[in-house]
Amino acid sequence: MLKIENLSVSYGPRRVLRDVSLEVASGEVLALIGPNGAGKSTLVRAASGVLAPCSGTVRTNGDDLLALPPARRARFLAVVPQALSLPLAFTVWETVLMGRTPYLNFLGQASTGDGAIVRQALERVDALGLAGRRVGELSGGEQQRVLLARALAQSTPILLADEPTAHLDLQHQVHLMETLRTLAHRDHLAVLVALHDLNLAARYADRVALLVAGELRAAGTPRAVLTPAFISEAYGLPVQVVAHPFADVPLVLPDTKED
Amino acid sequence: MIGYGRSTLRPYIFSMRRLTPFLAVPAFLLVAILLSIAIGSVFIPPADLGRILAGWLEGAALAEPLKTFAFILLSIRMPRTALVALTGAALGGSGAAYQGLFRNPLADPYLIGVASGAGLGAVLAMSFHWPYSTLGLLAVPAAAFLGALATVFLVYALARVGKTLPTTNLILAGVAFSSFASALTSFLMLRSTGELQQAIAWLLGGATQAGWGPVLTVLPYLAIGLGVLVLSGHALNLLQFGDEQAQQLGLPVARTRTLILLAASLSTAAAVAFSGVIGFIGLIVPHVMRLWFGPDYRRLLPLSILGGAGALLVADVIARSVLAPQELPVGIVTALAGAPFFLWILRRSKNQGYW
Repeated sequence: MLKIENLSVSYGPRRVLRDVSLEVASGEVLALIGPNGAGKSTLVRAASGVLAPCSGTVRTNGDDLLALPPARRARFLAVVPQALSLPLAFTVWETVLMGRTPYLNFLGQASTGDGAIVRQALERVDALGLAGRRVGELSGGEQQRVLLARALAQSTPILLADEPTAHLDLQHQVHLMETLRTLAHRDHLAVLVALHDLNLAARYADRVALLVAGELRAAGTPRAVLTPAFISEAYGLPVQVVAHPFADVPLVLPDTKED
Repeated sequence: MIGYGRSTLRPYIFSMRRLTPFLAVPAFLLVAILLSIAIGSVFIPPADLGRILAGWLEGAALAEPLKTFAFILLSIRMPRTALVALTGAALGGSGAAYQGLFRNPLADPYLIGVASGAGLGAVLAMSFHWPYSTLGLLAVPAAAFLGALATVFLVYALARVGKTLPTTNLILAGVAFSSFASALTSFLMLRSTGELQQAIAWLLGGATQAGWGPVLTVLPYLAIGLGVLVLSGHALNLLQFGDEQAQQLGLPVARTRTLILLAASLSTAAAVAFSGVIGFIGLIVPHVMRLWFGPDYRRLLPLSILGGAGALLVADVIARSVLAPQELPVGIVTALAGAPFFLWILRRSKNQGYW
């Protein structure tokens, strides 16, 4: 479980997150949506301990995550970043093995057990066949799956993903979201995923949180948050929300006038 | 230990691909050491070398001319070989560390101003006319060492932002100090024309002091500095993903980067103190090792250390032999050999994405 309480973050004089409180339960997927610049990435960075907040806490079952040293925190919380500027020369296997760092000594010596976990993680994202390839040879979708596998290898109860579907083809977007949902529902992870695609959020998330200009505007089920009122105001664009033709979720459509 | 590598899942610690670098590079170093000991301005026939070695092993006293040859070996060639090897090792190791730390293929040990600080210290010391004594002989190296360290600390202090050590700040501060120190150095050199040639020779780099003294002086610093670097391989691997991802994976980034930076700078300062500013070793050796043996810093660091030692020994032999009995500053040899080598690497790696 991940509990973010009254988190405020500033970049110098500029207040980027104001008093944000969110909870992600174990076994659920929470989608964090909002326009660019709303603070989604900032929230992920602050919650994972790489950006110091000016106030607020991030807890899990009583432990204050931000007060822990990085090595201990990394056993609770893993992050799937966007697949930008990855080191290209490491192999997929080596990259995913880095996810085991919190459990390895400072020389990075891995055991057979670690190898088994890496293998499992690669199987989970359907990338076992890529294990020997260099990251530089992979497509964007494959690289993103490798990063997800690396986070899985970290074996944490909490998973944060920062717009993991951003540069992916449709099939990879769907597969990734389905994997995140399975991780939550079957393996009881608490999954927080920042998304820019509202309909992906509607389809795969258990709950949705809408962030606008650093503030939490709404949080609840997809149906409760993905309403014309909230979305139009947040994105500055008239929208209609209809029933999805074959899934029991809302479908958000821009409602601009055609000439 | 489950290793890294191109094939998928078998444990392959004993596979030839993994062991080859650790056979080839030490072998190269050994050959370089033997060459360095065997070659010099006085020709010692190889047969005599064998007899001297036998004599040492037996503990027997040697007759002339073997006795003189043995003296040359023990008091001149071997200490010089040791100093050059240690210098090359320091440059190779800190070059690899800087490239990893700054995630920049153009990084070399002098990136944040160590060379300029050392040069300023050395030239300052040269402008006082020290008496020919132990203190006097140590003055220039000590001043160079202090100059190098002072620069690092100043650059570090300037570049720090709160608890973090941003790469851009480090480089900018390093460039600023380098320019400042170089300008001061040039000014001093112009003013004291008597020492101008000495200063230029020092700045070009080369082992100018004989004997075991410099070796023993430099050894503790290198043991510490290079020891830390060799153990930092996994941390450097993690840092290739960027400070944020490395931290998210559990590395205490600020502390680790500072430690590696200081260890690399200490090694460079010790190398520069007695040997001046020798270029290209710290830049090229890690690249070659990366090209041949992969990006894993746990291997790259020891390989760059051994390879750097071997490469500088070879350059030094060339520097001693090409214009014998006159000695070319070894920095000239490394630059002349290094530049085309570097271009060759560039051509080979264009499509490989080996970085």
